[in-house]
Amino acid sequence: MTTKYTTDHEYIRVEGATGTVGITLYAQEQLGDIVFVELPSVGKVMKKGDEAAVVESVKAASEIYSPVSGTVTEINTALNGEPGLVNQDPHDGGWIFKIQLSTPTELDGLLGEADYAELTK
Amino acid sequence: MSMNTQGRPTGTGNVTSSPANGAALLPNEPLLFEIGDTEHSGVDLPDVSIKRDRLGGFSRTLPLDLAGLTEPEAMRHYVRLSRLNYSIDSGMYPLGSCTMKHNPRLNEKMARLPGFADIHPLQPVSTVQGALALMDQLAHWLMTLTNTAAVALSPKAGAHGELLGMMAIKAAQTARGEGHRKVVLVPESAHGTNPATAAFLGYSVKAIPARADGTVDVTAVREALSPDVAAIMLTNPNTCGLFEPQVIEIAEAVHDAGAFFYCDGANFNAIMGVVRPGDLGIDAMHINLHKTFSTPHGGGGPGAGPVVLSAALAPFAPVPFVQRTESGLELVEHSEGEALGRITAFQGQMGMYVRALTYMLSHGSDGLAQAAKDAVLNANYVKARLQTVFSVPFPDQPCMHEALFDDSFLNQTGVSTLDFAKALIDKGFHPMTMYFPLVVHGAMLVEPTESESKQTLDQFCDVMLELASDAIAGNMQNFLSAPVNAPRRRMDETRAARSPILKWEREEVVSEAAQ
Repeated sequence: MTTKYTTDHEYIRVEGATGTVGITLYAQEQLGDIVFVELPSVGKVMKKGDEAAVVESVKAASEIYSPVSGTVTEINTALNGEPGLVNQDPHDGGWIFKIQLSTPTELDGLLGEADYAELTK
Repeated sequence: MSMNTQGRPTGTGNVTSSPANGAALLPNEPLLFEIGDTEHSGVDLPDVSIKRDRLGGFSRTLPLDLAGLTEPEAMRHYVRLSRLNYSIDSGMYPLGSCTMKHNPRLNEKMARLPGFADIHPLQPVSTVQGALALMDQLAHWLMTLTNTAAVALSPKAGAHGELLGMMAIKAAQTARGEGHRKVVLVPESAHGTNPATAAFLGYSVKAIPARADGTVDVTAVREALSPDVAAIMLTNPNTCGLFEPQVIEIAEAVHDAGAFFYCDGANFNAIMGVVRPGDLGIDAMHINLHKTFSTPHGGGGPGAGPVVLSAALAPFAPVPFVQRTESGLELVEHSEGEALGRITAFQGQMGMYVRALTYMLSHGSDGLAQAAKDAVLNANYVKARLQTVFSVPFPDQPCMHEALFDDSFLNQTGVSTLDFAKALIDKGFHPMTMYFPLVVHGAMLVEPTESESKQTLDQFCDVMLELASDAIAGNMQNFLSAPVNAPRRRMDETRAARSPILKWEREEVVSEAAQ
């Protein structure tokens, strides 16, 4: 299991051929209280960098881009009733969608833990 | 007992006397439904003798479910509510990019003249020649002030005007066989409605980053231009309160690439009578009459956002428009050729036209230029007085009609831009625009307009500086608890957005639903 990051503050936690995508602890802090999450539909095919979801906070609405290419396999429907999960637990209970990777080599272009920590210092 | 058509007895019912605790001057105002009940009618209507249904079976059978109050009760409710509000008539309203200028009472007097106020849009044109002459004159001066070839008066708001301007651009390109142009360039310092308008018309939006000095770089525009680009939407002066120094080069680059130049005219007050946007190369620009030309901002309406168009776009102007003929003025209501059809029912907001033209004529061309210069002077005065303490993100050039600050002066104080704005309410001022534009962190955007005297500007600056030193001195709690001197305390914005209550429900319905 490995976690990679984008410069747009999404994370992807990869297990086998599936990745779990959400926004980072840093991103949720910057956004403030999340009030709404627009989820992608299961089965949606996306290219790396496509708009996958929208997160709306009291301050702003922000697009969430897919860190890799692939197909959405699962979405976190708990966020419909409880969008605050993204604030409380962004890396675990506040995940947004799961994606079946079509081009796993794209992960090499993303940031590792140390590089992302450097970015948000 | 008299019954009204809803079968309700006339009477007062259980009317709660409203200003609780003797708070006659700062009422804790209940809802209409909480004042009156729905079982009575406050108005004594004669009983209906005709029993025959003349509505073809469509007459209402369910109870009306509106609170039955007498006219004074209803009137008092709304007047009391209005006293909880803050307006340009009760104090300075430094809301950036909104141009909250004074609404002269002369405008109101003119708008109430029966020849303007009491006419109907379907009246024969021969009986409304005065109103048409007023529209014709307003159109003439809007075109003169902007040096453009055509104007559409009818859009009902700035964003509506923006939509029309971009529709005209789309129509012009379709007519040229260039419907493949699908990209609209929008600088980061543009108004938020610009990308929304482009997206609404099916364009994809490409952002142009701002330079370190807050303006748009013509090189960045040139790099972004391609045969797919339909237009650029540029706000000038931009939302950082800065005049775009390369606007003419940008216009030339855009035109050389076969694209159009939409200018967001929301900030026209800074240059009215001084710069003609047509001379800068714009193709379309909306003008918010409620900003630049002093018509009321109203509770969401009525607004008016006329759009001026360049010669290239003039053939696509929508109907209706006023045309001079030998027999008088005519209203052209049917489009011919490539022109867009109607974008509103009827002719637009007549009352706003009267107010805007009154403002123009009472100022004259010298007066309008003076107003713009005073608006710029006032903003620079505020900037100059505050910049000793407040952080100015783009200090190198004078600002136009609005002064932009960021929140770096609040670093380590525990006070955010939001807290600062709430504290300003306690000091008797409407907050400035917050967190916009997005190009700086924790933005505070102050637009004093030309309406304010030096005394009022000084009061405002004194309060701003006092609050800033309070925050820097570490009195965070004063800010977190603000506002305390307002009819309502700090709102829970998160809860309001997460579980909004959008409809009033009778208490028993709410408690039944809970069970």
